[in-house]
Amino acid sequence: MQLTLGPLAYHWSAERRRDFYARIADEAPVAEVCLGEVICSKRAPFHERDLPEVIARLERGGKRVILSSLAEVMLKRERQATADLMETETHEVEINNAAGLIARGQRAHRVGPFLNAYNEDTIDWMAARGATHICLPTEMPGSVVAVAARAAAALGLGVEVQVFGRAPLAVSARCYHARAHGRTKDNCQFVCEDDGDGMPLATRDGQAILRVNGIQTQSESYIELLAELSEMSDMGVSHARILPQDVDMVAVARVFDAVLRGTEEAAAARARLAAICGDTGFSNGFWHGEAGYRHIARRSDAA
Amino acid sequence: MNARFSEAGELVCPAGTPAALRTAVDSGADSVYCGFRNATNARNFPGLNFSPEELEASVAYAHSRGAKVLLALNTYPPAGKVDLWRDAAAIAARVGVDACIVADMGVARHVAETYPQLRLHLSVQAAASSPEAIRYYCAHFGVRRVVLPRILTIPEIREIRREIPCEIETFVFGNHGLMVEGRCSLTNWMTGESTNMDGVCSPAAKVTYEEDADGALRSCLGGFTIDRFARGETAGYPTICKGRYTAPHRPEGYYAFEEPVSLNLARLLPELMAAGVHAFKIEGRQRSKSYVRKVVGAFRVAVDAIRAGAAPDLADLVALTEGQKETQGAFQTKKWR
Repeated sequence: MQLTLGPLAYHWSAERRRDFYARIADEAPVAEVCLGEVICSKRAPFHERDLPEVIARLERGGKRVILSSLAEVMLKRERQATADLMETETHEVEINNAAGLIARGQRAHRVGPFLNAYNEDTIDWMAARGATHICLPTEMPGSVVAVAARAAAALGLGVEVQVFGRAPLAVSARCYHARAHGRTKDNCQFVCEDDGDGMPLATRDGQAILRVNGIQTQSESYIELLAELSEMSDMGVSHARILPQDVDMVAVARVFDAVLRGTEEAAAARARLAAICGDTGFSNGFWHGEAGYRHIARRSDAA
Repeated sequence: MNARFSEAGELVCPAGTPAALRTAVDSGADSVYCGFRNATNARNFPGLNFSPEELEASVAYAHSRGAKVLLALNTYPPAGKVDLWRDAAAIAARVGVDACIVADMGVARHVAETYPQLRLHLSVQAAASSPEAIRYYCAHFGVRRVVLPRILTIPEIREIRREIPCEIETFVFGNHGLMVEGRCSLTNWMTGESTNMDGVCSPAAKVTYEEDADGALRSCLGGFTIDRFARGETAGYPTICKGRYTAPHRPEGYYAFEEPVSLNLARLLPELMAAGVHAFKIEGRQRSKSYVRKVVGAFRVAVDAIRAGAAPDLADLVALTEGQKETQGAFQTKKWR
C-alpha cells in the first residue's frame, strides 16, 4: 500500500502552504500528494499562483502530484474552475463533484471521496467512464470496503481509504465560519484563516464534538486506522490517505509508513501518533460499523 | 382534474403511509412520492413507508384519480447490498409507478438499462447543483427531472433552467435541511446509522431527553447534547444541524448551522413558476394525514390560481407556519449563505 497526502482542507496562508509542502517534498514518506482547493472557491486565488512552484518542488522530491477539484460546484467561478481543471493533461485529476465528470468525459481521472462511490455497480460504471482510482467515502465500514475494494481491484482501479485526519462529515452552501462571526459567505473576510485546524464546536455541556471549516463540517477527533492497515491491504486497498492537520505531518506520515513497511507494530505506532497529535482524540468507529466518533479497542492495542 | 407530467406547476406531495397517500391524492396532489419500508429511501423511519402490496394498491388508487406515484429509491447502496435496490426497482416497474427518484449512479444505470420505459428523476440526494452535474445524469441515464438542492436563489434557478434538458422540481414547504444532501455523515458520526446508506437522519431510537439539576432539559442524540433548554423553554427535536453549540468566541451557545426553522416558499410560488420550475415538492413523509390534507389543500388552491393567471391568495399558505419560525432559505437572497 502507498501513502497519499490528501488535499489541505483549511485556509492556510500562501506562505504557510509553501513551507508545508516544501517540507513534505523533502521529508515525508508519501508517494502521492493531492493539491488544490476542495472546500471554498473564494480561497483559490490566494494560493493558485504558487501552485506550479509547489508542484515542481513536490515532484523534485519524488512525489506524484494529483490535482483535486471542488466538492461543491454551484457558482459560475466554481463551474469555471472545475471545467478548467478537467482540461489538465500534465497531471492526474481527482474529481469531487459530478460537474467535473461531464467535462472530463472518457479521459482518465480519479474519483474523490465527495463523489459517492458506495458500491460495485457505481464503481463499475465509473471505471467504464475513465475512472482509474477511487477514494471511498470516509463513512464506509470495513465490511463494505472489503466488497467495494475487491470489485475495484478486479477492474484494475486504485482503491483509497482515509486512515488519518478529521472526518469530513458534511458540506453546505452556507459558510458556518462566516455565520459564527455574524457575516455571510460573500463578506466573510476570510475569517477561516484564523483556524488552521478548524473552528471547534462543543456541545452546550462542554463536550468537544465538531469542527467548522468554512462550508465544511468535520469531526473533532482524528480518524486513526493504524491497526486496520494490514486488513485493508488484504482487501485490495492500494492507497492509504492521510489528511493534512495542524500537527507535524511529516512525523504522522513516518508513523504510517513504518506500519505499512512492517517495521513497527500498530500499538506502538499509535502511541507515537498520540504523542504527535497532543490533545486530539482518535476515532475508528466508521471502519468498525459503529458510531464514527467511537474508538474500538483491538487486540493489537493490548499487545 | 389532475395534471400530467407535461403540465407545469405540478404539486408533488409526501406520503409516509397508504392512508396519507390517499389523503394527498384526495386533497389535490398531482403526484405523490413514497418509499419502501427499508434502507432504499432517505426516510427509513420506523412505522413509515410501504410494503410492495401497499404500493401496488396505492398506485391503483392514485391512477384511478389521475394522480401519479413517484418511488423514492434515493439512498446509496453499500457494496454487497445492491440487490435490495434492484429488487425495489423491479417491484416499482411491475406495479407501474410513474417514476423512480434516484441518487446513486449504479442504481440510475440499473433502472435506465433494465426498465427503459420507467421515468427517472434525480433525487436531491444526488446533490446536482450545477448545469454540468445535471446534464451528466440526463446524458447517461436519461433523467427527465432534477430535484434541486435547497441552496439556490431564484435567479440562479432561472439560469440553470436555460442550460439543462430536463424539468426542475424544487422544495417549497417543510423541513429545511442545511447540509448538502447525500453528502452528510453527521448522523452516522454520532449514532452509527448512515443517512446515505441506511436512509436515516437523527433517528428517534437514538434520541433521549435528560433533565439537569437546574431544571434545564437537554435533547440528546447518541448521547451527545444537541441542545439545552432552560426550564419553561420549548424543547426541540435533536436534529444535529439545528442544534446549539459553543465556539471559542461564542461561549453562550448559538445555532452554528441553522435555527429550527421550516421552509415556506408560498410567497415565491409565482416567481418560481416564472423561473421555469416545473414541480413543487412538499416535504414531510413523516407527517400526519391531517397535516398532509391541510398543506396539500392550501398549495392546490394557490397553484390553480397561478395557473389560471390569477393572483393567488397566499394567506392560507403563509398561515401554515404561523407561530413557528419560517424561512425562505436560499431562494430569496444569497445572503442566506
